[in-house]
Amino acid sequence: MNDALDVALRLLVVFVVFLTFPLLVGQAEHKVMAHMQGRLGPMYAGGFHGWAQLVADGVKFAQKEDIVPAGADRRIFQLAPAVALLPYLMVLLVIPVGPGEGAVGEVVDAGIFFVLAVMGVSVLGSLMAGWASANKFSLLGGLRTAAQLLAYELPMLLTAASVAMAAGTVSLTGIVDAFEWWWLPWQIVGAIVFFVAGLAELQRPPFDMPVADSEIIFGAYTEYTGLRFALFLLAEYAGIVVLCGLTTVLFLGGWHGPWGADGLGWVWTLLKAAVLAFVVIWLRVTYPRLREDQLQKLAWTLLVPLSLAQIALTGIVKVVIA
Amino acid sequence: MPDVPEPTVVAADYFESYSVVGLLAVVGVLFVAVAFGAGRLLRPVVPTPEKLMTYECGVDPVGEGWAHTQVRYYVYAFLYVIFAVDSIFLFPWATVFAAPGYGAATLVEMFIFLGFLAVGLLYAYKKGVLTWT
Repeated sequence: MNDALDVALRLLVVFVVFLTFPLLVGQAEHKVMAHMQGRLGPMYAGGFHGWAQLVADGVKFAQKEDIVPAGADRRIFQLAPAVALLPYLMVLLVIPVGPGEGAVGEVVDAGIFFVLAVMGVSVLGSLMAGWASANKFSLLGGLRTAAQLLAYELPMLLTAASVAMAAGTVSLTGIVDAFEWWWLPWQIVGAIVFFVAGLAELQRPPFDMPVADSEIIFGAYTEYTGLRFALFLLAEYAGIVVLCGLTTVLFLGGWHGPWGADGLGWVWTLLKAAVLAFVVIWLRVTYPRLREDQLQKLAWTLLVPLSLAQIALTGIVKVVIA
Repeated sequence: MPDVPEPTVVAADYFESYSVVGLLAVVGVLFVAVAFGAGRLLRPVVPTPEKLMTYECGVDPVGEGWAHTQVRYYVYAFLYVIFAVDSIFLFPWATVFAAPGYGAATLVEMFIFLGFLAVGLLYAYKKGVLTWT
């Protein structure tokens, strides 16, 4: 009976994290972006600095009429947001925030493998949405999303493999356990490539060509309204949480910190992930959108060679010190 | 290699951790179902022909949703399939390559592997598929 309770509690925590952390990132984006652009951002909802803005948004979304265009492929169109969103929920389960079994939803031995495989499913949601919308621009957006995933999944895989090589395991917990501070300079190229590729997979600016409003309106999500649209947005922010968490765990040493008491490791994990989330927002404000061919070029001619070089470096160093 | 008896790993035990993954998937599906179901109760439903028309870019759409377009990305799809299938093999290898007794041999293997990938990429680059104007 205790086991069942334990599992239920873990599922509940993961689910609550899945519902709240993306909102935190979203609210942070509202405020950080605004201040970087010399604005105030939301100030009214909830009273204190507009903290309840996204809650209000959610209430608004839930009340909006749900429109499925007459020409759309109804079932696929309606299912697409769920397909885009749920993979991130699954990934959150296996990301460890602290040492031991207590601070991770569930230890999955093939952690990296599981994470990369499941995250890739999310793009199907965008592709389904683009395909089913009966909208030329949506179709283009969906195809761009797919092309972007194809281009950037590869450097992501390769750099993740580099960390697996360094740690000698594919378990996420095992990787952080094996972490030493000098991995930071050793794996820095891999870390940057992984993070950039992750951003591109999430279609975050400056890699938001699939939703480029000046060309294809809002890409695959153009025809969506109300709750379904909100789920797509939630997927984007859940993706940021997952990406920052993963980068922290794989490259920044997770719960290891230069100082701090035992048992507070999870603070380090959350802190690092929060800083990365800030960087994600910062990049959005800083860089203009890359053109489609520039996107592909960046992936294939820069990130993939860099990640291959990182693997070579990892291999040599690892064999030499072994 | 010394004769160490391998600990018996029952497949059922190994996959046990995935049962929680499955449970979470159920939670997720329930969440979406409840959200959509509750949404149905909350929101108005007043369809009109104008509303149900494809929005597209705000102007009434011309022709069908299926437009002819040049899909340039298919080359990338090929490249991706080739590379990604290769890269997958890195993961099992990564867990053992530095084990005592392997050392230099696996390193040479790694460079051969990377060489294949690099040559493939170089070939695609020379062929001009990675640039378009």
